[in-house]
Amino acid sequence: MRILLVDDEKELVSTLAERLQLRGIEADWVTQPEKALKLTEEKQYDIAVLDIKMPKIGGLQLKKILQKKWPNMKFIFLTGHGSEDDYRAGSAEAGAQFYLVKPVKIESLIEKMKTVLNSNT
Amino acid sequence: MEYNGIIGKSGLQFFGKISASISHEIKNALAIINENAGLLEDFVLMAEQGLPLDPERIKTLSSKIMKQIQRADTIIKNMNQFAHSIDADEKNIDINMILELIIALSARAASMKGVTLVFLPASRSLSIETNPFFLLNLMHSLIITSLDHLGGNKQLTISSRSFLDCGCIELCGIERLESESLLNHPERTAIASLIQANVVANIQNHKIEIYLPCKPA
Repeated sequence: MRILLVDDEKELVSTLAERLQLRGIEADWVTQPEKALKLTEEKQYDIAVLDIKMPKIGGLQLKKILQKKWPNMKFIFLTGHGSEDDYRAGSAEAGAQFYLVKPVKIESLIEKMKTVLNSNT
Repeated sequence: MEYNGIIGKSGLQFFGKISASISHEIKNALAIINENAGLLEDFVLMAEQGLPLDPERIKTLSSKIMKQIQRADTIIKNMNQFAHSIDADEKNIDINMILELIIALSARAASMKGVTLVFLPASRSLSIETNPFFLLNLMHSLIITSLDHLGGNKQLTISSRSFLDCGCIELCGIERLESESLLNHPERTAIASLIQANVVANIQNHKIEIYLPCKPA
């Protein structure tokens, strides 16, 4: 499976990509949504892991743009929201199945990737 | 000036908004620490399986963790300073220090809109007696509203200068200053009135000027 990680926190997204790569998952990363759009023109990705809150274009908006271009691409969202209420509100918007709160456990992320690949959403 | 009992809904909303933004920032720092610690663990597991450990990589990871701890520490210091802004009705404050704090607390909101906040402090300290919480609230409200009225360079410059031995704060680089939303905001007007700040739109020079009294009457 090939993954694209998009988060404006460079240190986070680059390290997460390296950890996925160590587990045999092909993972690329970018810190700007505009670069994500460019990269998807060059490579085909199975899943995009998107930070919900990013400058200018947030994860939910980026999903809409990517989904329009690549209907088969699956999505997982990351967020820093801490409270249960925030989590519930975000889950309702993004789809609870595809939502992870930072800090993320790598095993949970990989589990979520498998689930999302097998889903029809 | 008696401020008791007038923090009100907008003051609480401001407190909540800043607290939520701070928690988000801390979460990000923790998430980076989490990933780097996880990667360290990955390397150890690989070493246990016979792969060589690269000391340089370990050093780099360790320094990345330290950097995030320092980042979180700064965020928490700002949070503490913000929390204590509510302690006293009136306090002698340095305008430059208050501006430094509100710029740090507003930087994330600005960054979300692709805006950079630039601070040009007065060369000397500018002391005034005021309610620090209301001044922070007023400045945050003005900064956030200004973000939607900036020119193409997406930069909001905040500066301070002395004015008649007191202080003046300027927000520069604002286009469409005549906008109703920018000038006629009832809550902001009420906060300005509480601390006797005079908020002036300098349309010709694309800036907002906030004149602060040395000591409220």
